[in-house]
Amino acid sequence: MPKKTYRQAINEALRQEMERDHRVILMGEDISGGMGAPGEQDAWGGPLGVTKGIMPVFTRDRVLDTPITESAFIGAAAGAAATGLRPVAELMFVDFMGVCFDQIFNQAAKFKYMFGGKAVTPLTIRTMYGAGFRAASQHSQCLYPLFTHIPGLKVALPSNAYEAKGLLATAIRDDDPVMFFEHKAMYDDEAEVPDEAYTIPFGEANVTREGDDVTIIAFGRMVNFANEAADNLEKSGISCTVVDPRTTSPLDRDTILETCEETGRVVVVDEAHPRCNMATDIAAMCAQEIFGALKAPVKMVTGYHCPVPFSPALEDLYVPNAAKIEAAVREVAGKGH
Amino acid sequence: MQLSRDDLLEAYRKMRMIREFEDAVHEEFSAGNIPGFVHLYAGEEASGVGVCMHLDDRDAIASTHRGHGHCIAKNCDERAMMFEIFGRKEGLCGGKGGSMHIADMSKGMMGANGIVGGGPPLICGAALSAKYLKTGGVAIAFVGDGASNQGTTFESYNLAKVWNLPAIFVVEDNGYAESTASKWSVAGSQVDRAKGFGMPSYDVDGHDFFAVWEAAREAIERARNDGGPSLIHSRLNRYYGHFEGDAISYKAPGEIEKVKAEKDAIMLFRNRVSEAGLLDGPAMDAVDKACRERIAQVLAEAKAGAMPTEADLLTDVYTSAY
Ligand SMILES: Cc1ncc(C[n+]2csc(CCOP(=O)(O)OP(=O)(O)O)c2C)c(N)n1
Ligand SMILES: [Mg+2]
Repeated sequence: MPKKTYRQAINEALRQEMERDHRVILMGEDISGGMGAPGEQDAWGGPLGVTKGIMPVFTRDRVLDTPITESAFIGAAAGAAATGLRPVAELMFVDFMGVCFDQIFNQAAKFKYMFGGKAVTPLTIRTMYGAGFRAASQHSQCLYPLFTHIPGLKVALPSNAYEAKGLLATAIRDDDPVMFFEHKAMYDDEAEVPDEAYTIPFGEANVTREGDDVTIIAFGRMVNFANEAADNLEKSGISCTVVDPRTTSPLDRDTILETCEETGRVVVVDEAHPRCNMATDIAAMCAQEIFGALKAPVKMVTGYHCPVPFSPALEDLYVPNAAKIEAAVREVAGKGH
Repeated sequence: MQLSRDDLLEAYRKMRMIREFEDAVHEEFSAGNIPGFVHLYAGEEASGVGVCMHLDDRDAIASTHRGHGHCIAKNCDERAMMFEIFGRKEGLCGGKGGSMHIADMSKGMMGANGIVGGGPPLICGAALSAKYLKTGGVAIAFVGDGASNQGTTFESYNLAKVWNLPAIFVVEDNGYAESTASKWSVAGSQVDRAKGFGMPSYDVDGHDFFAVWEAAREAIERARNDGGPSLIHSRLNRYYGHFEGDAISYKAPGEIEKVKAEKDAIMLFRNRVSEAGLLDGPAMDAVDKACRERIAQVLAEAKAGAMPTEADLLTDVYTSAY
């Protein structure tokens, strides 16, 4: 199978979905680039080149660069979705949700329910998240827990290029508003990705490692660190199950609870700040549903309760990594009754 | 109000310091020595300096992601700024903010901003403080042409007007927001937008220090005398990419070189004061040399500066114990 980067996989999914359905359109700031400028057209493809090359094929009728007006164009995407199109809007960094959140959580997310089921809003919002890029406090947040909190939204967190292509196709074909989170530090990461279009269902976790001693539930980019930790721990005789839930909403509770119950020792890895995040959500589920099976307290490996710092010296401390996960696994493996 | 010889020298020094600072940061970034997102103000010096020459510490400014020039214009210490950009502990923000969040509240510099359109509402608040506390201060929002399209910006125009705030919006229109041309993205015109809100407005050549200075003088004087907000549309150009690493392919070939040759802010200033016999060449050459040496020195110090440590990670989140 050909190897492709996370960036290429996303680009390919967008093209294939646009070919498949003429109602799929893209919009966002500089997603093509050079709008109204005298030089090169399609100059950017977004700030990290993810959508480059799509406009020349599909024209500016379907690849709409926007002014810097997130509230208006994210809202327009929601409105267009509710009236016959299937827009894929790019919110460049998820941190910019602050400018347009109303259109997402009070409008798009609630149409269906408020209107008694008489609205369909097939909206996909692609957005960059995550730390590790030296991008500082307003360009490094995770924030997916905030979206997961909102009924009516779906939230996908692809952990590699293969996942990204399949989950994005699912997002675009889904009839509900989907937040699609791309980790900015992963765009150059490669994986085997089929050329043809495929989908990965929402709400079905992927078990990436199977083991007997400890279950690691990890989200997005953290899945890779969890796999790395599991492979290292295997050498010292601790075998881990690693679960990638793929989507936080819907959440594959069954797989998560089953795999946690099997080992009775649980580490949850979530890059987000530690309060009210996915890790606390999973820990609460375990306490509620499989309390009797737990052999040790659930351990969380997360970011800290501080904004993401700029200085590389501080950011490296902030972000979870394989070493921190290994330490957490050793701790829960050694505890118990 | 007239510009004294000292004022002119100070204005020139600031513009030159900004240019030297930005050129140095550009080189260091290109060499891989500076992490993160860095947006440079080179080419736009006359605008920030022309406005800030009228300000003192009781006045507030809100900058943009392209903030280094506004910092220097508002008297932030270039040594602490350089440390900040390198993520050092002695940086202006302890290394926590970096280029995009560089700030010095003690100087009335309310921060560069990672959020386009983040500044104008804040400036309404700073103007409200000044009005309420009767400090005589004014508040200035620097707004990019791209940022001029944000709802937050329009809402701020309206609020500043209906509250009659001592606020000034300086739209620094460098022709582009990232790769998108302002002649496409901006519907209507900046001054017509101001008129729509009943605000006095000015359209100035932002390369021309004296044009900016004169418009800012009038707008700031009006604001200090309870005459309410104004807008200045400052037309200018940036010399480097949107951010460091941008290939700038969306500009026409030769576009930047032409501006440098014909409208360079520092060149225009030198020509103007020389022709008018206000400053002589050697005096300005001496400023050039001093700025170059200062930047070389702070750069060397910043590169050797200590990094923050684990003890710094969780400080500064709250004011009281948590
Ligand atoms: C709310 C928000 N949207 C988008 C961005 C990404 N972004 C950073 S700078 C920029 C362009 C800003 O253009 P302009 O206001 O003209 O300022 P300039 O860069 O030209 O100085 C964009 C789109 C952002 N930082 N914040
Ligand atoms: Mg601009």
